Amino acid sequence: MNATEKKAVLVLSDGSVYYGYGFGSLTTREGELVFNTSMTGYQESLTDPSYAGQILVETYPLIGNYGINDLAFESPKVHVEGFAIRNLCDAPHHYQSTKSLDKFLEDAGVPGIWGLDTRSIVRKLRNSGVMPACITTYAANENPDIAALLTAAKKLDYSKIDFVEKVTLGKAQTHGKGNKKVVLLDCGAKGGIVHELNARGVQVIAMPAFSKADEILSFSPDGICVSNGPGDPARLESISNELKRLFHLPMFGICLGNQLLGQAAGAKTYKLKFGHRGANHPVLDKKANKVVITTQNHGYSVTEKGLGDFEVTHINCNDNSIEGIAHKELPIFAVQYHPEANPGPCDSKYLFDKFVKSL
Amino acid sequence: MEKLSKVLVIGSGPIVIGQSAEFDYSGSQACASLREEGLKVVLINSNPATIQTDKEVADIVYIEPLRVEFVEKIIERERPQGIIATMGGQTGLNLAMELHQKGILEKYGVRLLGTSINTIELAEDRGKFSDLLRSINEPQLASVAAKTIEDAYAFSTQHGFPLVLRPAYTLGGTGGGIARNQAEFDDLLNLGFTLSPTHQILVEQAVIGWAEFEYEVMRDSQDNCITICNMENIDPMGVHTGESIVVAPSQTLSDDEHQMLRSAALHIIRALDIQGGCNIQFALNQQTGKYVVVEVNPRLSRSSALASKATGYPIARVAAKIAIGKSLWQIQNAVTKATPACFEPALDYAVVKIPRWPFDKMPEANRVIGTQMKSTGEVMAIGRTFEESLQKAMRSLEQKPAKPDLSKMDYYLSTPTDTRLFYIFEALRTGYAPQKIVELTQIHPWFIDRMADIVRMEKRLSGEILSSPLLRDAKRMGFSDAQIASLTDKDASYIRAMRKENNIIPVYKMVDTCAAEFDAKTPYYYSTYEVENDSIPTKRRKVIVIGSGPIRIGQGIEFDYCCCHASFALRKMGIESIMINNNPETMSTDFDASDRLYFDPLTYEDVLNLIEHEQPEGVIVQFGGQTSINLAEKLHAAGVRILGTQFDGIDIAEDRERFKKLLEKLDIPQPRNGTATNEKEALAAASAISYPIVVRPSYVIAGRAMQIIYNSEDLKKYLTEAVEVSEQRPVLIDKYIEKAIECEIDGICDGKELFIGGIMEHIERAGVHSGDASCVTPPVKLLPETQTQLIDYSQKIALALATIGAINIQYIVKDGQILVLEANPRGSRTMPYLSKAINRPLINIATQVIMGKMLSELGLSSKMLPQKAYAVKSVVFPFLKLRGVDFVLGPEMKSTGESMGVDKQFSLAYYKSLLGANLKIPLSGAVAISLNKEDQEHATELGSKFLSLGFEVYATDGTAKHIKGAKVLKKIAEGEPNVPSLLTKKLIGLVINTPTKGKQSGTDGFKIRRAAIEANIPCITNIEAALALADAIGAAKVNHLAIMPVDEYGK
Repeated sequence: MNATEKKAVLVLSDGSVYYGYGFGSLTTREGELVFNTSMTGYQESLTDPSYAGQILVETYPLIGNYGINDLAFESPKVHVEGFAIRNLCDAPHHYQSTKSLDKFLEDAGVPGIWGLDTRSIVRKLRNSGVMPACITTYAANENPDIAALLTAAKKLDYSKIDFVEKVTLGKAQTHGKGNKKVVLLDCGAKGGIVHELNARGVQVIAMPAFSKADEILSFSPDGICVSNGPGDPARLESISNELKRLFHLPMFGICLGNQLLGQAAGAKTYKLKFGHRGANHPVLDKKANKVVITTQNHGYSVTEKGLGDFEVTHINCNDNSIEGIAHKELPIFAVQYHPEANPGPCDSKYLFDKFVKSL
Repeated sequence: MEKLSKVLVIGSGPIVIGQSAEFDYSGSQACASLREEGLKVVLINSNPATIQTDKEVADIVYIEPLRVEFVEKIIERERPQGIIATMGGQTGLNLAMELHQKGILEKYGVRLLGTSINTIELAEDRGKFSDLLRSINEPQLASVAAKTIEDAYAFSTQHGFPLVLRPAYTLGGTGGGIARNQAEFDDLLNLGFTLSPTHQILVEQAVIGWAEFEYEVMRDSQDNCITICNMENIDPMGVHTGESIVVAPSQTLSDDEHQMLRSAALHIIRALDIQGGCNIQFALNQQTGKYVVVEVNPRLSRSSALASKATGYPIARVAAKIAIGKSLWQIQNAVTKATPACFEPALDYAVVKIPRWPFDKMPEANRVIGTQMKSTGEVMAIGRTFEESLQKAMRSLEQKPAKPDLSKMDYYLSTPTDTRLFYIFEALRTGYAPQKIVELTQIHPWFIDRMADIVRMEKRLSGEILSSPLLRDAKRMGFSDAQIASLTDKDASYIRAMRKENNIIPVYKMVDTCAAEFDAKTPYYYSTYEVENDSIPTKRRKVIVIGSGPIRIGQGIEFDYCCCHASFALRKMGIESIMINNNPETMSTDFDASDRLYFDPLTYEDVLNLIEHEQPEGVIVQFGGQTSINLAEKLHAAGVRILGTQFDGIDIAEDRERFKKLLEKLDIPQPRNGTATNEKEALAAASAISYPIVVRPSYVIAGRAMQIIYNSEDLKKYLTEAVEVSEQRPVLIDKYIEKAIECEIDGICDGKELFIGGIMEHIERAGVHSGDASCVTPPVKLLPETQTQLIDYSQKIALALATIGAINIQYIVKDGQILVLEANPRGSRTMPYLSKAINRPLINIATQVIMGKMLSELGLSSKMLPQKAYAVKSVVFPFLKLRGVDFVLGPEMKSTGESMGVDKQFSLAYYKSLLGANLKIPLSGAVAISLNKEDQEHATELGSKFLSLGFEVYATDGTAKHIKGAKVLKKIAEGEPNVPSLLTKKLIGLVINTPTKGKQSGTDGFKIRRAAIEANIPCITNIEAALALADAIGAAKVNHLAIMPVDEYGK
């Protein structure tokens, strides 16, 4: 079926309905509707486990131009529940491209919708906050049941679902070789994290997110990296409690890892109105008094109150939310953004150097 | 270090190819930004048609030549602690280098703010830059910084052809090019060594066919470093980025590739220690992913203006603050007013830029485009898809593409020219496979596919019944109503009606730097066919100012200046000013020049859409040049209220027959004239009028295809070759009055009285297009009684046209008799210059009058103001960049920009204006003179003037006879000494050559003029100008050349 012969509709829990063309798989999905402002890197986003349970809107209107390649996978599967864009390129040209975006989502069983006034959706999310939505794709001669889609969207509560359970590993996996050994607590880790550690001569043992401290210690790691991942961190206090027992080791938290370490320190997390998702967020490193442009993908943030032995090291220049914390004495630090990039700027990769040096 | 309180900003001088309005934009923004920080700003620029030279923009304005001796005097007088050189293009940068090298900065303790001398040298010196890249392991092309022919030959022997040549420190790639063989190589080496101020040429391997990408980067003194925008050149390597169609952001890069180039950009900018804004270019092989660094501009550039407009990020504003030591995160984003300037803009649209070339005015120029700029301006369009942006940009060009020559399709696809885009579309229409076009053009297939999508839609429109969904899809791809109408065999008005019936009307989306993530405050919009409208009209009093579109010969920055001032005046009156324009280089499209900015094409459809959306109380059409005035009739017919002079008045002035009748009624003489719709009529009219005559087609910009004709043979030739003549397109024939003085007035009329800003007397004799002529105000030759009569005539004409607002009237004076050439009831090219000359904001006054004020309320009357100093306007020509074009002035305009010189003495003002126009006028040395027969009566006078000034005078045979003491030159074919040979030996510093009648490539005169241009030696082609120049040199030799803030000259 040609991409223009498929239709699609996106129904938001506030009752707004957006009709468009369909692509990808013919199916119905529900998820929290979020937007990302990065202008490149759709493949990395689609395969980022942190997007589990979410329907992603790209603010950049022209998507699919360079196709799908073998190198830009952040995990082996597509994690978004649906993909909403302004314009689809179904005949990509790129020397590394192996298939079109349309085919890729079709193979992954994920629905896409294009032809939308995506900017109007982003403005809605900016003003009202992220909200649940339903997406369905259908043949041009069919009629979707909007009322049913709306009911499903209204029923969905993103913060009540344990997404980490769905995306974490079943058992430990070893990546690469090296003189140093790091346990990666995989809450839905992006491939880029493993890649960056391996590239610095570090062996990575990826472990299930709910591993106990003792299990982690049984690998006698030189340090621990707590990964990114989906969902509400408040539901993951058990992981934070295990982390507390590992404070004698060097630790590096990324994104959800930052939130989990924050909780371990004694702080709370709260939901941002529409999150930070993009590749252009300025973050001030308070100590260096310098700003770096970062890749971000989070819907929750850590409160300053209750950080105890931890201090705030980084803040977001746009909304002053916390972007990084560190233990006042121990080599434990975390950032709310993505130093592994993919997609986005590579300006923060030095943090991996810093972590590896602390091992 | 002394605390910074006063800063000198260097402008970029007259508009030339490669250095245009973008530097007025960046300079003005920088001035505003510095004043915001409490600094006093001193500005120097020789170009009066700039916003930055307004006293509202800088605290102290000098309109003086951009030469080191003048800048030194200004530094001495003003004693600034700092100087900013990165806002004035290559001119500003080179001047700063010279000030440094001559020890002037050190002598007066002036700090170069922002990027350091060392960095400028590193980035600009091709050899040093290459060493730097090597030391930081950034890939580059094999190259040599050749100082001699031998260096260059050694490299070509090793690497073979093709090779790219880039002379160091020249602007817009001047003198550069691609050498495919030894002959082209020798030619470019010769030119490059002449033009490079450091006699250095980078010779590099050509990677023709690789893709070209640009990154705009900002860095502050604390090493915070961000990229503002990346841009992809649609034309592959081998075409200068200023000549390329450009899209932002990049479309074909994966994130991995984008980050690779972005990281490399930051790496290099850090290694260079840039502090401010800069631009870096890469070539990328899209088969392998391999890249090389092409070049870095350590300053603001055309690309940074484009990037500012494309993203909404005010690069110059931020760069100025960085220059005075602020860090990026301490500066607020002026667009969102909520987030800091330290972030990278996110776009949720696609931007396309297309250059505007001057070949319509210079058909003899070589239309092949390459590494040197030939375009004069550019248009930009914004849309939600590439197809939409591309089509909006194409119609913004205001150019009908020439009929493609189908037999040469492959040539025009594989050779980059100004017409290639149109050939690609034609090829797709005639069935070329996209892949074949990709092979021929080496343009990335993604772009060709999008063009194929457009052609597919064309076929649907011409093949299917026009349904509402089809119409909507076409509009979403950027098709205009007119295009759809012609494809569906209907009227554009039918399409418009159908659209409205089906609610297919554009919405306006905001350019907000952040893809809607934050609630931005800046009302900068573009139209598109989507669902939600970001632009909510206010309930205030409001007026739309229609802009002037791309900069082209005949319609330059002066009109943008007028539009900006109209907007400023409206704001001051408390009326909401709404600007619509499509030129990314200019001030009028700055996000805070107007209350609301719409970046859209200036066609009837687009403008009317906006009017229907905003519902203003009226529109101002009199400041946007021919672009806006041409819309007056249709807008008027559509019931739109035209503010100021009504369409009828505009029409009388444009319609030769109606104007003739009006003058007859007023009993004001004009040259004998007639109109003809075929050859027979033309010949009859010409003999009735008597030769010589001036002929031109009706309704044209800046004398397009206008010629002086001396006999019936030439007239026949003109009618068959140069113009189409028909019932609908008559040609206009005027008596050409020889050896007369031309002059013009600019005034403001309130319907009752005309205030005349000044009488501007041309220095060259009548017959030179007023845009190409130098002029002086107040007049030096016109008798007082003639001036009185001029004023009287002007009053009568202005009132008879029911002028409300600005008017320009051109006259010719012969033996005390005044004849009217034309009247233009609108803002003119000379208004900015005259405003500066008399220190009165003419456009502001005109705008107040348009909005209903009377002159008497503004303290003005029909009396002219006294003028206490002479202000001379000189012009600059693009001949150096356009090889093969003769330097002959005539009724067709060829100049690109202007300069102004002011002094109490006319000769000194003239001299300063020539220096300001970048001419290196020698005060001693040798001059070569060759005059045509008619001018030889002045040979003795001219020759003796130069001899008495101590010049050595060379003259060609006919001329030498009249000059005692002249050394006789031979014809070129007869051996040496001749002018080109003396130029080669650098024995002469000035060439005076008045051309014989008619066009004449191949003659000695042509060769002499081209040789002078290519040797970068001033060439004067007009006898009156030559005589005035001799006096100017004389005056400059004995007088101290004063500098003064421009508003002090009149005191």
